[in-house]
Amino acid sequence: MMRSITTSPDINETLIHIEHLTKVYKLGEIDVHALRGISAEVSRGEFAAIMGASGSGKSTFMNILGCLDIPTKGSYLLEGIDVGKLSRDELAMIRNKKIGFVFQGFNLISRTSALENVELPLFYSDTNTRTRKEKAIEALEKVGLGDRIHHFPNQLSGGQQQRVAIARSLVNNPSIILADEPTGNLDSRTSVEVMGIFQELNNNGITIILVTHEPDIADFAKRHIVFRDGKIKSDKINTKQKSASEVIKNMPLIDDEEDEAA
Amino acid sequence: MKLLNIFLSALRALQRNKMRSFLTMLGIIIGVAAVIAMLAIGQGAEYSVKQQIASLGTNVLMIYPGAQQQGGVRSGAGSAVSLTEDDAIAISRECSAVLYVSPGAFAGGQVIAGNSNWATSIQGTGTDYLEIRQWPMEYGEFFTEQDIKAAAKVCVLGRTVAENLFPDASPVDQTIRIRNVPFKVIGVLTKKGQNAMGQDQDDVILAPYTTVIRRLSHFQNLRYILVSAASLNELSAAQSQISELLRVRHKIQPYEEDDFTIRNQTDLASTATETTQVLTILLASIASISLLVGGIGIMNIMLVSVTERTREIGIRMSIGARARDILTQFLVEALVLSLLGGITGIILGVVGSNIISSIAKWPTFITAFSIILSFGFSIAIGVFFGFYPARKAAMLNPIDALRYE
Repeated sequence: MMRSITTSPDINETLIHIEHLTKVYKLGEIDVHALRGISAEVSRGEFAAIMGASGSGKSTFMNILGCLDIPTKGSYLLEGIDVGKLSRDELAMIRNKKIGFVFQGFNLISRTSALENVELPLFYSDTNTRTRKEKAIEALEKVGLGDRIHHFPNQLSGGQQQRVAIARSLVNNPSIILADEPTGNLDSRTSVEVMGIFQELNNNGITIILVTHEPDIADFAKRHIVFRDGKIKSDKINTKQKSASEVIKNMPLIDDEEDEAA
Repeated sequence: MKLLNIFLSALRALQRNKMRSFLTMLGIIIGVAAVIAMLAIGQGAEYSVKQQIASLGTNVLMIYPGAQQQGGVRSGAGSAVSLTEDDAIAISRECSAVLYVSPGAFAGGQVIAGNSNWATSIQGTGTDYLEIRQWPMEYGEFFTEQDIKAAAKVCVLGRTVAENLFPDASPVDQTIRIRNVPFKVIGVLTKKGQNAMGQDQDDVILAPYTTVIRRLSHFQNLRYILVSAASLNELSAAQSQISELLRVRHKIQPYEEDDFTIRNQTDLASTATETTQVLTILLASIASISLLVGGIGIMNIMLVSVTERTREIGIRMSIGARARDILTQFLVEALVLSLLGGITGIILGVVGSNIISSIAKWPTFITAFSIILSFGFSIAIGVFFGFYPARKAAMLNPIDALRYE
């Protein structure tokens, strides 16, 4: 039997607790120190942006947060569970139930409809067919794609594909959404729209951690954590959080490919 | 994930590469079809050999008088004159496992009909002879119990004799002379062909054994008794019943040897069956090599598929697929390939063997066993050759799989 990974959620509790996290990769003979002792805490309901140049360790950090990778040293508690002590299958269960991923390259399964892509996490948590479909449609409606559920990824624009990916990350009601450069492949207007969705989700109480190297995008988050050479250089509250809906109003109207693309 | 869902998504994954899936299946299709067709041909051959032996009468026993012993000198089988008509009657009356009994006498000689003549053998038989040999009449009649009692001078001709003595006319009601004794022809037998030794079985004249003994032969006792058991299973029972009865009738002491010999044809039959079984196994094993090659084809394509879909595997793992979910997914895909191939192969094999039997006039026999065997074999191949690629996929590190380009 698996040990229980459900704890009662209460507002403002610590969601993520990290202490002295290090990660060393072996590249042939050379040891690459990707993370050199990271300590941080993230509470429920936060919207944090992790920033830094490439090679600063932010992606490695994200992978460890997402239970895709395990740290060399240090501890990572997610909702009080020591993730470092879990087995492969238990980690898969954590990814399934507690974490939603949004990637730069969307990472949808090709030649599979939006609906089926969003349903996928529910497959792995043994949800019955009807609830699965209901939940998936609900998630797609939340990101404004209720009318595109049977489209294949190649029939959707980049922004729409990323919204499908967001719907997929939402569908199992995760404790946290991890977004790794979610706007990296999108034009600026679509990027703001996607950030608008994240802000809306965050306003509804969902915790979001975002990796980006664009300061414009980071401005939509509530907290800025800056990485450099495998260490946290700065960690502060963003006092000037921008509202995506405001920004979009002031943006010049270029031809809106979103509405025409199908 | 529920099994039906896994199955459906496997079907969909295979549909995405229709041509490739079909070619992969083709290996299994050909393999299964070949196994089925080869087993069908082999079993058809076995069936026709059995059929041929049955036409000689597999449940037939021949009782010969035994070796005569004078002092220390033993002559060969048949040299004694111990079998009598009463023995034959006793066998038919007392041995429950015996169905038909025909006493046998024998004479050879020149046969004359009008101005043509022919040397042949004259078999004296009982009325059961045709039942025992499973030999129907072509036309005319066979002699009756009355003819036997009266030692009537009637006879029935084999086809070869009929054709040689009466090339143009019907022999029925004609008179032939055997060793200057006139016989009336009352019927002609159907063609029986050669026996296992290559002798022409139709070169024969059948007459009541009483007539042959009294008019043609110097022998006063029987040359042999032909007996058929009620069924093949009762053959050995019949054999021991006869042996027991004859020992009592001939007053043979427990320490003495039999003065008769009982022979059956099951030994010949089992040798022939064994030969065709070896042939069947040989054909089937050659065919199953192609099934093996088909399985390797599945493994090959599944390995390619795992490599191609590494990223998909990564995505699935990142949203919570466990190793065993991935393992099941790829294993089921391999299974679906081999199952669909197996079913198609069975259909093709059945159709193919029917075509072979209708074109080559060769009996083919498709048994439930061969279908179950090849079906089971293709499932086993799917699991066996699908397991390695599926395991390879399941063992991938999520982060490496996600980053795979």
